[in-house]
Amino acid sequence: MSAISANEISKNFGEVTAVDRISLAVRDGEFMVLLGPSGCGKTTFLRIIAGLEQQSAGDILIGGAVVNGVPPRARGIAMVFQSYGLYPHFTIRDNIAFPLKTQRVPKPQIRPKVAWAAQLLGIEHLLDRRPRQLSGGERQRVALARALVRDPTVFLLDEPLSNLDAKLRASARNEIKQFQQRVGTTTIYVTHDQVEAMGMGDRIAVINQGKVRQVGTPTTIYEDPADRFVATFVGTPPMNLVTWNSGHLGFRPEHFLPKEMIQDGAVTEFSYRVNRTEYLGSERIVYGELDGLLSPQEVTAKLPPAHVPLESIRPGEWHAFAVRNGQLCYFDEDGKRARRH
Amino acid sequence: MVAIAEKIHGSRSRFQFVFDRPRVLGAAFLTPAILYILLLVGLPFLLAVYYALSAYTIYNPSYHFVGLRNFVEVVESDIFRRTLLNTFIFTIGSQILGLILGKFGALLVLRPFPGRKIVRALIILPWAVPIALATVAWEWMFDSLYSVINWTLIALGLMSRADAPNWLGEPGLAMLCVIIVNAWRFFPFAIVIFLAGITAVPQDVLDAATVDGAGFWRRNYQIIVPIIAPIVVVGLIFGTVFTFTDLSIVYLLTNGGPVNATPVLGNLGFQIGILSGDVAHGAAVSLFMFPVLFLLVIVMLRFIRRREI
Amino acid sequence: MPRIVNTAIKEGSFYATVAFFVVLAAFPFYWMLITAFKTNADLYDVTNIPFWFNAPPTLEHFRYLFGQTLFARWLLNSLIVGVCVVGITLATAIPAGYALTRLTGRNGEALGIGIFLTYLVPPTLLFLPLSRIITWLGLENSMWSLVLVYPTFTIPFCTWLLMGFFKTVPREVEEAAIVDGCSLFGSFVKMVLPLSLPAILTIVIFTFTLTLQEFVYALTFISASAQKPITLGVATDLVRGDIYYWGELMAGALIASVPVAIAYNLFLDRFIAGITGGAVK
Repeated sequence: MSAISANEISKNFGEVTAVDRISLAVRDGEFMVLLGPSGCGKTTFLRIIAGLEQQSAGDILIGGAVVNGVPPRARGIAMVFQSYGLYPHFTIRDNIAFPLKTQRVPKPQIRPKVAWAAQLLGIEHLLDRRPRQLSGGERQRVALARALVRDPTVFLLDEPLSNLDAKLRASARNEIKQFQQRVGTTTIYVTHDQVEAMGMGDRIAVINQGKVRQVGTPTTIYEDPADRFVATFVGTPPMNLVTWNSGHLGFRPEHFLPKEMIQDGAVTEFSYRVNRTEYLGSERIVYGELDGLLSPQEVTAKLPPAHVPLESIRPGEWHAFAVRNGQLCYFDEDGKRARRH
Repeated sequence: MVAIAEKIHGSRSRFQFVFDRPRVLGAAFLTPAILYILLLVGLPFLLAVYYALSAYTIYNPSYHFVGLRNFVEVVESDIFRRTLLNTFIFTIGSQILGLILGKFGALLVLRPFPGRKIVRALIILPWAVPIALATVAWEWMFDSLYSVINWTLIALGLMSRADAPNWLGEPGLAMLCVIIVNAWRFFPFAIVIFLAGITAVPQDVLDAATVDGAGFWRRNYQIIVPIIAPIVVVGLIFGTVFTFTDLSIVYLLTNGGPVNATPVLGNLGFQIGILSGDVAHGAAVSLFMFPVLFLLVIVMLRFIRRREI
Repeated sequence: MPRIVNTAIKEGSFYATVAFFVVLAAFPFYWMLITAFKTNADLYDVTNIPFWFNAPPTLEHFRYLFGQTLFARWLLNSLIVGVCVVGITLATAIPAGYALTRLTGRNGEALGIGIFLTYLVPPTLLFLPLSRIITWLGLENSMWSLVLVYPTFTIPFCTWLLMGFFKTVPREVEEAAIVDGCSLFGSFVKMVLPLSLPAILTIVIFTFTLTLQEFVYALTFISASAQKPITLGVATDLVRGDIYYWGELMAGALIASVPVAIAYNLFLDRFIAGITGGAVK
């Protein structure tokens, strides 16, 4: 039995379909990431699971029980909002204690629980302050402590890192993941940042235009994308796509190498004219065009700096590049992944 | 997990959550206000129309329908025509005067200067203080014998005691007095509205205009006015509605005198409907306000829509 | 012409204009103030300079006001009416304002404007049918008629003001409370209301001043002196026959005006923000 089950969930706002028949099963203890661009419906879907929005069709099951129409407080969930939603007129202590108070937890039990949650998140020293006195990172930890303290069945996190400085994000990512692993609670995490998704998720559900495109582990999503959208959304720089027959052929920049570098296996060769290179220290990004197709198509390559000397890749010249056949992806005219070309 | 399952089963728990639905709670929250308005604004309004179409007086409360006869009789009376004209004159006159004063006042108070807070507090007074009390003060200022205005004019040598005007006693002057008091009451509100509008103009728009070479007057009229127009128009319409329908100032200053020179629609409605007890005709008179009001509201709604952008 | 002189002229005319406006606005109140403290002999002597005291200031008008007239009773009436109207308005406009902001979706804005427009329906139109209704209810000549009728204009305006304010309360705070265990109503009471105290205070003050300022309904419904609110009482009852007791009139007007003027000044910025929908600070 899954911890959370969504069956054919749809949500319409007037004529706009925000969520289009999404079905998803989240396993107990799993860290599931909902990944997609802005406006794809992932946040709406999360809110439906939370009970903050009512779905137009479909069922939500938490712990095997149908919870349609049940308000959030009776679903056993806890949520961390994008701007954290801390109560400005309460101290941090009262913020964390609030879920316990509303559940009528006896007073003697509240204080130790608050202390435990604060200690887990490393914020004991902030308990008597107010939200406006805290930094972004601290506020986020308070939000997590507040979510933790009610022993929920599932954590729902709505882009909790997007309000943090870029520098903080990496360490916050680490903290959240470790935190979740320690407590072991089922977690659903919404983000538009594919680095976060790949770094944190046990499984990722890639969503676009209200539909789930693919659900899988980061490895599966990256190496075995189900369609063109997933293939190009995950990975930086994005997968190269060139028109091929009636569909597309795809290969990742790091698999697109000068022919000399690939010694073994069957390859497909391309004639590649380099326009510009970027030296980024740990790698080099090369921008250029493929020849031999109906029209010039832009293709990027990601090269490790050490193996290929700079002089051998000069702009304006044609080079022979190649991709191992096993790393090629074929997409049919609908964008779906095809097995043969 | 068990806890959740417990809460869901049973129909009692379905009802338990009914007030969690926004629609239900929203309806419950809105009902008192809507009820109040329907019963004490909507109903009386319909009643007024009803009276105007009947022959209802206090002494003979009959409800039989007389069609538009009351309206015709009202329109044909001289007093009514005079009153209608007065109402327009007073409203337009005092609004224009008030607007001019308001516009310049706003420009003055715009930039900080020492004592600005006190100046602002004093300038607000005419609008802040209850209208009836301020009017009584003016009544005293216009007093036929002891008018301080007359005293000042005499002391400045501009006239002699014999020529001193009886402000509230002569028809033309009385009308002027009413317009002045109306404008005096309105201009602080106009200042506030203009200030609100002007400070709403983003500074970078003004800067861009200055860099583009716009001088003071051009900046004023081509940039500022269009941007502040929505707020100003809404405020203006409010002021106009209140001036147009007011009876307090006329009631206290002149009570319609001298010799029926100054009544406005409000006064006439009061006179006929309340004091004389002829509810039907009184209602007819009052309802003449409605077309003008309706027009003003439509104009205002257009500007509110634009402002939302 | 040296620049200093130019600037001096500019500054001079600026301050002169400011002075003009201040005198224009405030002189009647100065007049009110000084009349209230002048002896009758001083007041009614045409040969005296009216702008200052010619005889020492006196409290006789105030004594007369409190001793020989129903002034104190009028103050009490206004207080009672004010408090009751504030209570009714709060109980009605706060939920309505919240409902229109959060609970009614797209129709909310239109309905809000509709409610606000009822503020523009003039008393001089409604007073006629309302006076009939008041009589049917047996409330004629009683200040409770005012308690019943005044909310008709305080509720629309206050609802509008509150709508503007509730929009600024962050939705996430309410939703966090709902997820944390509050019902919709609970989140309203525990989150929105405490965060709205400044706005509620503004509403209270504003409603109170609106109540004090009202004249038309009071004039229409009440003729018994003992039931009159302060504004009506001062304006109509301090005249015996044809004789105006100017000293007492001005004293009464002064006392009734001062609290309203002070309140307006303290809350002016909030009023402006409310009227312009928070677009301006």
